[in-house]
Amino acid sequence: MTVMQVVFLVTAIVSLGGAVMVVTARNLIHSALWLILTLFGVAVMYGLLSATFFSVIQVVIYIGAIAILMIFAIMLTRRVIQEPGSTVNKGWWLAGLMALVLFTALVWMLSIWPGFQTTLPTLPEDFDSIQVLGTALVSPEGYVIPFEIASVLLLAALIGAVAVAWERKS
Amino acid sequence: MSDPVNSIAEWLRMIMAGWGLSDTLITVILAVLGVVVLATIVLVVDILLVWIERKMVARFQDRLGPNRVGPFGIIQPIADVIKLLIKEDIMPQGADKFIFNLAPILALATVLLLWAVVPFAPTIIGADINVAVLYVVAIGSIGTLGIIMAGWASNNKYALLGAFRTVAMMIAYEVPMIIALLVPVLLARSMGMQSIVEAQSPWYIFVVPLAALILFVSSIAELGRTPFDISEAESEIVAGFHIEYTGMKFGLFYAGELLHALTVSALIATLFLGGWRGPFVDQVPILGPVYLFIKAFLVYYLIMWIRYSFPRVRIDQMLGFNWKFLTPLALFLLIVVAILDKAMVEFEPLWYVVVMLAANLLIVWGTILILRRYARIERIRIAKERPVARALETDMNEFVGQE
Repeated sequence: MTVMQVVFLVTAIVSLGGAVMVVTARNLIHSALWLILTLFGVAVMYGLLSATFFSVIQVVIYIGAIAILMIFAIMLTRRVIQEPGSTVNKGWWLAGLMALVLFTALVWMLSIWPGFQTTLPTLPEDFDSIQVLGTALVSPEGYVIPFEIASVLLLAALIGAVAVAWERKS
Repeated sequence: MSDPVNSIAEWLRMIMAGWGLSDTLITVILAVLGVVVLATIVLVVDILLVWIERKMVARFQDRLGPNRVGPFGIIQPIADVIKLLIKEDIMPQGADKFIFNLAPILALATVLLLWAVVPFAPTIIGADINVAVLYVVAIGSIGTLGIIMAGWASNNKYALLGAFRTVAMMIAYEVPMIIALLVPVLLARSMGMQSIVEAQSPWYIFVVPLAALILFVSSIAELGRTPFDISEAESEIVAGFHIEYTGMKFGLFYAGELLHALTVSALIATLFLGGWRGPFVDQVPILGPVYLFIKAFLVYYLIMWIRYSFPRVRIDQMLGFNWKFLTPLALFLLIVVAILDKAMVEFEPLWYVVVMLAANLLIVWGTILILRRYARIERIRIAKERPVARALETDMNEFVGQE
């Protein structure tokens, strides 16, 4: 077993364990913190795939923005932070069955997928993934239209937020 | 002999190869050693920072400061550490034990993590990753998390209020900070710290001084230092998020705060003051850390100077300053720098710098004009007569009658 495989296994166990704790923890804040651990595990996965940019962006967006917003919202709702009753409902066996079927189907599909067998291509020493990504985002042959549409959408959301919060003087 | 750090690493590698260890294992051992050495050096500097901070605040307030233990009181922080270590560890009632204990560790650890991308010399850097500037932002957001956890787990309303204020401030000031960070990235055409330092001839503070100023101001807000210290305003919410912490747990927050200030200073020095650049550094790489720390302490001194000279601002003033002034200014500066940079790609480096500097000064001049007009309107608005609350005549009589 190589060092990479050990790191992968540890990360996988930590993120999956965190994900289980998100749904089983009784305290909402604890759930949110476990979710952060899981998201961090995903960031480490990106790092293992040499996608440093995605790894850092995962931390900035999911932990720095979304998770903190979630915790903020939970802290502002004063009550209902603790769940006293059972965390499963009557239909738990049905959900478990569906999950099992889905998991089996996924494993089966992955086992016949040819990409599963290929080894990681080695990148050249001076390969700068960010420059390639940046060029691809704005080149006409690349993803300039989706990129621009996403930018306009974000700008519209920004202006919309200002418009909603605007205090109209009567 | 001019590059001792790498020489020692090579020497250790040879010794370990002699023991018959595999190459991967040696790399892992050397990396762990590097982390331990760097963290230790930074934490030892942190102990010294306590003394510097106390001595400096004393000077600003016309006092002597610690002067009893050791020469110039320099042993004082060691005594402080011993005192913090032997204090009783109090856990508040109803506190969330695990999160309560985790928060101070997170607060200090995130600051230490930032040193991984600070380049000390042309050949000495923790990790020269190509997304270093983004990495700094990402680690900063985890630091915010530590403060929220401390505020929530303490089961104390002042702590929770402090945490709320911190989050509002940090989320707000992250915006101009990231935009200001984009300016050196744009000029150097790289997000790696080492390439940004290498691209700085002349230093970026002479090319885009306004970006350096915006980064400096928003960094002070990120640090939660005066004039932006509403998250631990003593006169309003006692001590803010760390109100319930005692002993070394409080010590970790304190050390983290001081070290964060030095770390931010080191980052500003790296991005705008040329980092390790200085005379003879190409021949003798070990001079790099010396130059870096001189520049970092210069910025640190500025932060202290501002901290001990300015009063605290109100939360609405602070958020207004960020959203209505700093963010638009930073956005405008970024657009101007981006356009000028593309337009002058063919120019001589000297002309490039002169035009950039002129554009920056022009923006500063325009901003001051707008601010003066705003101040004039604001003065007129405040000088206007406003209704004053008065007690009714009957209420007054009743009150007097009771006496």
